[in-house]
Amino acid sequence: MFALGGVLAMLIRAQLASPHSAFMGPEVYNQVFTMHGTVMMFLFAIPFFEAMTVYLLPGMLGTRDMAYPRLSAYGFWCYLIGAATMVVALVLGLAPADGWFMYPPLTSTEYSPGINADVWLLAITFIEVSAIAAAVEVVVTVLRYRAAGMSLSRMPIFAWYILVVAVMILTAFPPMILGSVLLETERALDWPFFQVDKGGDALLWQHLFWLFGHPEVYIIFLPAAGMIATILPVMARTTLLGYGWVVGAAVSLAVLSFGLWVHHMFTTGIPHMGLAFFSAASTLVAVPTAVQIFAWIGTLWKGRPELHLPMLWILGFFATFVIGGLTGVMLAVVPFNWQVHDTHFVVAHLHYVLIGGYVFPMVAAVYYFLPIITGRTRFFKLGEVAFWLVVPGFHVTFLAVHLVGLLGMRRRIWTYAPEDGWAIINLVASVGGFVTAIGFALIVVDIAVNAAVASRGRRNPWGAGTLEWATAIPSPSYNVASIPEVRGRYPLHDDPEIAVRIARGEGYLSWPTRKRRETLVVGTSRAEPLQVAVLPGNDGLPFVMAVATAVVFLAPLWDAYRTAGVALLVVIALALRWAWSNGSTRDEGPLDAGRGTSLPSAWEVPDPPGWWGSLFLLLADATMFGSLLFGYAFLWTVAPAWPPASYVAPGLLDVLLALVGAAALAAGPRLAARALLASRGPWIGLLVALAGAGALTAAAASIWAARPDPTSHAYDATLWLLGGFVALHTTLAAIILAYVCFRVAAGYASSVRIGETRIAQLWCDFAGSTGLVALAAAWLPGVFA
Amino acid sequence: MALLLPAFRRREPRAAPDDRRQRLWLWGLGLAFPSVVLATLTGYGLVVGERLLPHAASDLVTVTAEARQWEWRFGYADRPGQTTENVLHIPAGRPVDVQITSLDVIHSFWVPRLAGKLDAIPGHVNVLRIEATRPGTYRGLSAEFSGEGYLGHTFRVEAHDPASWGAFLRGDAP
Repeated sequence: MFALGGVLAMLIRAQLASPHSAFMGPEVYNQVFTMHGTVMMFLFAIPFFEAMTVYLLPGMLGTRDMAYPRLSAYGFWCYLIGAATMVVALVLGLAPADGWFMYPPLTSTEYSPGINADVWLLAITFIEVSAIAAAVEVVVTVLRYRAAGMSLSRMPIFAWYILVVAVMILTAFPPMILGSVLLETERALDWPFFQVDKGGDALLWQHLFWLFGHPEVYIIFLPAAGMIATILPVMARTTLLGYGWVVGAAVSLAVLSFGLWVHHMFTTGIPHMGLAFFSAASTLVAVPTAVQIFAWIGTLWKGRPELHLPMLWILGFFATFVIGGLTGVMLAVVPFNWQVHDTHFVVAHLHYVLIGGYVFPMVAAVYYFLPIITGRTRFFKLGEVAFWLVVPGFHVTFLAVHLVGLLGMRRRIWTYAPEDGWAIINLVASVGGFVTAIGFALIVVDIAVNAAVASRGRRNPWGAGTLEWATAIPSPSYNVASIPEVRGRYPLHDDPEIAVRIARGEGYLSWPTRKRRETLVVGTSRAEPLQVAVLPGNDGLPFVMAVATAVVFLAPLWDAYRTAGVALLVVIALALRWAWSNGSTRDEGPLDAGRGTSLPSAWEVPDPPGWWGSLFLLLADATMFGSLLFGYAFLWTVAPAWPPASYVAPGLLDVLLALVGAAALAAGPRLAARALLASRGPWIGLLVALAGAGALTAAAASIWAARPDPTSHAYDATLWLLGGFVALHTTLAAIILAYVCFRVAAGYASSVRIGETRIAQLWCDFAGSTGLVALAAAWLPGVFA
Repeated sequence: MALLLPAFRRREPRAAPDDRRQRLWLWGLGLAFPSVVLATLTGYGLVVGERLLPHAASDLVTVTAEARQWEWRFGYADRPGQTTENVLHIPAGRPVDVQITSLDVIHSFWVPRLAGKLDAIPGHVNVLRIEATRPGTYRGLSAEFSGEGYLGHTFRVEAHDPASWGAFLRGDAP
């Protein structure tokens, strides 16, 4: 994908190398730059660090695999199918052509009638499903699946960074997904969320998009920063200076990044006081960034740095990223921003930050971790040659692009005239761009050649202190033969023999006596061994389910809504089949976990891994709900054609149904769990909850009945969406409850095996509480009017 | 960069405890240094930004700018009913408020030599203050991508001296 994005970049540079170029016309050029941005952001940057994480994180944490290996597989297949769809669309000339941030009304049906924009909305949303899946998995893995004794303050620094990133994905992607849903329903069903004459507002999209888009920048930067904080101390033969500071800086960056989105919208006519706040917040992010940078430089001063290839790339990062940060501070100053907004200056800034801050550290990471992946030592010097092509080539290109931006060249124009005076600078930029591209191609060649023919290397070639280097190289698929007990931040330095001990089986769960794949679940903060989790075997189900999910998302491209509906039923059936394969029909009691401990199975605890996964998935869901309420309030206060002519007011029966429904949803699963604990049948509680789901659905449906036409005004469309949100979650809760009923009947529940009932409780609580809030938001204006 | 290179030159690391290093690198260079610089810079930016805002003025001229794919239409409060296309006439030496809106997609009004840019958004009217100190012709363009005709979505600003501005308002000159 990086290669594809790179080729698109070269097409852009070829087009802009000379004035009045006849290489491409605007209709092709518009697709090319839109896809360049989309491919690099969505199909390369995020999936690339997710892939590195899924591969490396279990090793760093000293455990066997990610928490949900089948979910990893499902996310991967979703990504592959979605990315393939985008590529096919590009080849067919059906790719989106409205810029990677897809501002309506340019992207509305009226101004983009083809399916190009639908390709973007549906395929990208589909790919985001895989990002959310990966994020849930990363959070649960970091919090619950570590080596024994690896308390939070002993975690490898990368685990901290990726934990922060995963929580950010769960809270930043939902606004974007909601925005895509709104725009797609407007395009497909004519619900007027962004049409100003019917009560919509084009600015709503910009808020939702940048509410995602700015955290996204840090979602991309922080994993790379985590790699630097991991690699740099090893290269300097020392330990990281200010571990706590760096963790604090990462967390504060994450928090601050959610308060910055408006700085992409300085020219949309927002009041100056508002701009002042966001301008200050935008400069403020430079502070935690500076803390990290100086912690790293201080680490270099503390140790004796050695100039291996990964270190070289990190130096490339310093040289580039600091310049990108400075131009970022320049852009945060409002008057300057008013001049250079949407010029090539911004283009140059974002390339400095993204390539300097993400690509260079990730190349360092690839070279650093290459021995784990290939088991070989690099011996050609091709990588050094590539470095000296890429970094100077990059600087020539984008310094020139800065300059041409200051001379007033707008971004996204497909050509320019000779009298603009930009010809020579653009030619220089294009030459630099091609040198950079050749350098990147050399890196690929270098890695391929070394993976194939280099000599076998030894374990832990860099002398690192973290657990991913304690395995044989290339690392085996189970990572560790037994799960170690650690007592410090750098277990390999504390105990040089730990690798041998792990291999000898002196850790936990060394011998597969129960003939299944097991791993250790530990306490969240102190990492004391708590449970024995069973990992699934190899399975084709994730692939089949990814294909079915793809049909759900992509069939609407051809208006095949019936096919999409059928596929949705298939997905639900497959998901239930998937869940069914977990669990046990008998109580196993405490299991021998090695080192003289016995632990319960994760199927016999109140908080099984599925409970934790549901919890964090619901965090993303709650953010989605919050974004929906934000959109509602935003339209109400900002859109010109508001308030609407009349409001919906509830009947007494509807209010009663909602209150009783939510109460029953809350009480039912609790009754069921209590009955199970007392070794009684949980049927009454489950039935109460099911009835509650039905009542709440009926209350939500009353809104649709009261306002039958969602296409007439954005108010009606929003009400339909609020009702739809409630009905969707009550339906989900009902499906889960019905599933639990079948599981109980089949013998999968007992007085200790209550985990599934507790998972149902989480989903019922969520459906009930968001249902009440949503209905209140829909009804209250009508009550007070 | 200047701080990076010496780190590679030194052979023996100085034996300083971690907490003293933290004071220098993290408190000093990480927190204090950027905070001071950034606070100053932001404050300066806000003062400059405040000066550029449309404040009340006695000799104010108001014009309207309506964008659509791919054309600009300008109207004049002092010359009701008359519009010009792709040419905006203003008096030189007087503050001018441009009321910017759009009839279709989002565009952006930008005359680089007179002011920063401000978006034209359907359903909203944004006000931009410009002032040309000398009579003459200034190039203006749209600065928000708007589809295939984006490149040619430009206009001109004609700044008049008082005499020709009077003539323009009377409808003598185009």
